[in-house]
Amino acid sequence: MKLKNLMMMTAVAGLAAPAAFADAHMADSVTFVSWGGAYQSSQINAYTDPYIAANPGVQVIWDESSSEAVARLRAMNEANNLTWDLVDVEAADAIRLCDEGLAMEVDHDEILAPAPDGTPASEDFGDMIVSDCFIPQIVFSTTFGYRTDMVPEGVAAPTSACDVFDVETYPGRRALNRNPIANMEWALICSGIAYEDVYDMLETEAGITMAFAMLDTIKENTVWWTSAAEAVQLLADGEVFMGSSYNGRLFAAIAEQNQPIGMAWDWQMLDLDGWIIPAGLPEDRLARVMDFLYFGTDTQRLADQAAYISYGPARASSAPLVGLHAELGIEMAPHMPTEPSNAANTFVNNYVWWADYRDDLDSRFQAWLAQ
Amino acid sequence: MTESATSPDDFAATAQDGAQKKGARQAPVLAADGRPLKASLNRALRAQKMRALMLIAPLLIFILVTFVAPIADMLFRSVENQIVSETFPRTVMSLEEWDTDGLPGEDTYAALTYDFVEAAERRLHTRVGSRLNYETTGMSSIFRKSGRDVGDVGEAYADQFIALDPAWEDPATWVTLLGSQDWLRDQAEWTADATEARSADMVFDISEPRFALATAPRVLLPETADAYRSFAQTIADVDQDSPTSEEPWNSVYLALYRDLMRTDAATIAAYDGPGRDLLVAADAAVDGFEAVDLQALYAEMDDGWVEMPIWETFEAFSDPYTAGYFLAAVDLQLTPDGIEAQPENQRVYILLFQRTIFMSLMIMGMCVLLGYPIAFLLSNLSMRASNLLLILVLLPFWTSLLVRTSAWKVLLQQEGVINDILVWIGLVADNDRLALINNQFGTIIAMTHILLPFMILPLYSVMKTIPPTYVRAAKSLGATNWTAFWRVYFPQSIPGIGAGCILVFILSIGYYITPELVGGRTGTFISNRIAFHISTSLNWGLAAALGSILLALVLALYWVYDRIVGIDNVKLG
Repeated sequence: MKLKNLMMMTAVAGLAAPAAFADAHMADSVTFVSWGGAYQSSQINAYTDPYIAANPGVQVIWDESSSEAVARLRAMNEANNLTWDLVDVEAADAIRLCDEGLAMEVDHDEILAPAPDGTPASEDFGDMIVSDCFIPQIVFSTTFGYRTDMVPEGVAAPTSACDVFDVETYPGRRALNRNPIANMEWALICSGIAYEDVYDMLETEAGITMAFAMLDTIKENTVWWTSAAEAVQLLADGEVFMGSSYNGRLFAAIAEQNQPIGMAWDWQMLDLDGWIIPAGLPEDRLARVMDFLYFGTDTQRLADQAAYISYGPARASSAPLVGLHAELGIEMAPHMPTEPSNAANTFVNNYVWWADYRDDLDSRFQAWLAQ
Repeated sequence: MTESATSPDDFAATAQDGAQKKGARQAPVLAADGRPLKASLNRALRAQKMRALMLIAPLLIFILVTFVAPIADMLFRSVENQIVSETFPRTVMSLEEWDTDGLPGEDTYAALTYDFVEAAERRLHTRVGSRLNYETTGMSSIFRKSGRDVGDVGEAYADQFIALDPAWEDPATWVTLLGSQDWLRDQAEWTADATEARSADMVFDISEPRFALATAPRVLLPETADAYRSFAQTIADVDQDSPTSEEPWNSVYLALYRDLMRTDAATIAAYDGPGRDLLVAADAAVDGFEAVDLQALYAEMDDGWVEMPIWETFEAFSDPYTAGYFLAAVDLQLTPDGIEAQPENQRVYILLFQRTIFMSLMIMGMCVLLGYPIAFLLSNLSMRASNLLLILVLLPFWTSLLVRTSAWKVLLQQEGVINDILVWIGLVADNDRLALINNQFGTIIAMTHILLPFMILPLYSVMKTIPPTYVRAAKSLGATNWTAFWRVYFPQSIPGIGAGCILVFILSIGYYITPELVGGRTGTFISNRIAFHISTSLNWGLAAALGSILLALVLALYWVYDRIVGIDNVKLG
């Protein structure tokens, strides 16, 4: 035994020098996974284009599969063939992936750049680090847009998520996400449940029944979307009067495409989005991903992203750097979900709760929808 | 014998021989080489068959490997259920003795603790939670939540043992008490080598020898030995940690407490292996320990642990194979009292199967109604004109499916072309536009359009072969146009209708993209549900069960069709 160990040891020692060299070698081609559309463009503009400019020869392949990230990562894990290198997911999915061991746990201070004033990354990101696997990028909200030209005469334009349930004042069709997140919370809060009690209620049968009863009032009149771009398209086509989507997509339709769409900010659902590194990456690809992350999540890069899309940067130190829209030159701050005038009534998504209850409510919600 | 074969004698002999053969009947006909003709023929044919098989072998193997095997594997998932018994083996074993009235006893909660701590460390508990959640909604959250707290079960005992003698905190105590001699020796060697390598600044990447139990404690302290082995092997697998440097999990102390409580003092005193004094002292003190109610501890983590559904589900789905997915696929469920219907608010699959078949039949019928006249026209026009029209039929066939479906969106939506025209004509009020898309209507329209070529082409090729003289003959005998068509032409075109119907129906029953895009909530098929379970809910077992049922359904309909119409009557040209 001892002899064998020693022999192998020397053999390994002989290889040590080239191995150390190989460690420094980074993969030239990486696959990043994101959500497509305006959001992915903002990531390309703010993160990867500058990174590639600084590291010529690196090729980034984009896969627009974030909405199926959990399923795909589990399938890759089963097939033992990991083709993704960095995945953009919502906070609740990051917690789920971390719980299942499909995402890699990281030491934020070790792998991420500190703020320009030297504050360590973990403090700069603060509460945004909701899981050991989660590297936050942005704060976004799911909120409502409505057609300004379809508001009935003599009625004030909608201002709140609850107006979506008011079919008498605001007739017309709706567009809602085809999953329970946000819809269940809105249904309860608009049924008169207090903000603090919403998640407690959703753990009970009575609460779920109540939420479905509220959603029943608009079930027939609603187009249920699966990608956020769909909701914006439905609004732009005048197919629906009011629809939920991510605030950055609505902003793009309003400011960049001049669609007659207005925002109803009240009870916007705040959520986080960020990177996770799939567990089990080969060393060269992991080295490349780490190198990119150090660059791509620093204070300036996160602030740059806000010039392309109206999502709030996750670093405290990035906020003061947010300025004008890169092409339109308009002030971005008023379009951010965190802007005080937009955030009068904000619903903060309880991602930890959703990580636990997603399976339970998904099966209920999908059955309700199919019936 | 003469050399001439035609001598009269010889001839007679041959004739006689033949007669004898006829009489005997059994005697085999021989081939030129003297072997029986039948065998010889078989041999020649076998060689030919082998050659044919060799020629198609690449294709056959390709199909088996890339088509049949994955499908079989996927369908097999519809009955597989090893995950529960593999991840929670002790709990499943303990539940075998459970009589299902009232909650299980402390033994089961202890077994659950040993399993759960290991599963949580290996990150497998969420998968079991998801698996059980498919059967009983609410399981997933219980497992996920408890996964964070289960490490604390047994902490009270750990504290008491350590307060009794700090040696219980020392990893070395445990290793010497429970590790086998062989393992202890190998481990010591490995540590020495590793230290040596580190001091010499060399890379050392030989993994530590895998922990092995000694024999004596396995008999004396069965639960402790089992829990400790689980601990030692798990930390080595997950974090590459060594039991020689890690304090055991709290669950190991729980196991030790339970073992010592169960074993009488004399048995412990008779033990003479390493750590004897420690054990005897602990055994004497353990009666004075403050006991912990495991059930209460679990109730604190989640009320679900002290309610019946979780244990009933656990028990019902502990077998390595289950009919649960198939039952769920037809809106039934497995309960301790047998098979029951799902609760009202969860029944969707029968409805979806019915809807899928109904809509596929509608689409098939529409295709026949629209396709027949076109095919008739095509086959009766001059070659030039019919070729031109045929290209018009095929053109959409060559266009991307997504483009065609999106085009229907533009046409059918409320602010779309068709509604605009209807409003302009005045048929429909502007504020009351028709909902033509995101419902069943939209799916039927779009899919009829997409599948129409599959109806027209077989119809056309069959109609092409019907000689026009038949209809002319019928007319010359006094038949009206209608009679000539209905009695003479139509029956000859039925094989084409049959082929078209089978093609369109089977294609539409499994269609996915178009209903997903234009079907909305009410116009989706069972295939959309299968896709949902594959890619979103990750309930692959249920998806496989639904897929198997769909496959069986298609085969059954094919069989019915064969009985009624006869598959020989189907012509593709």
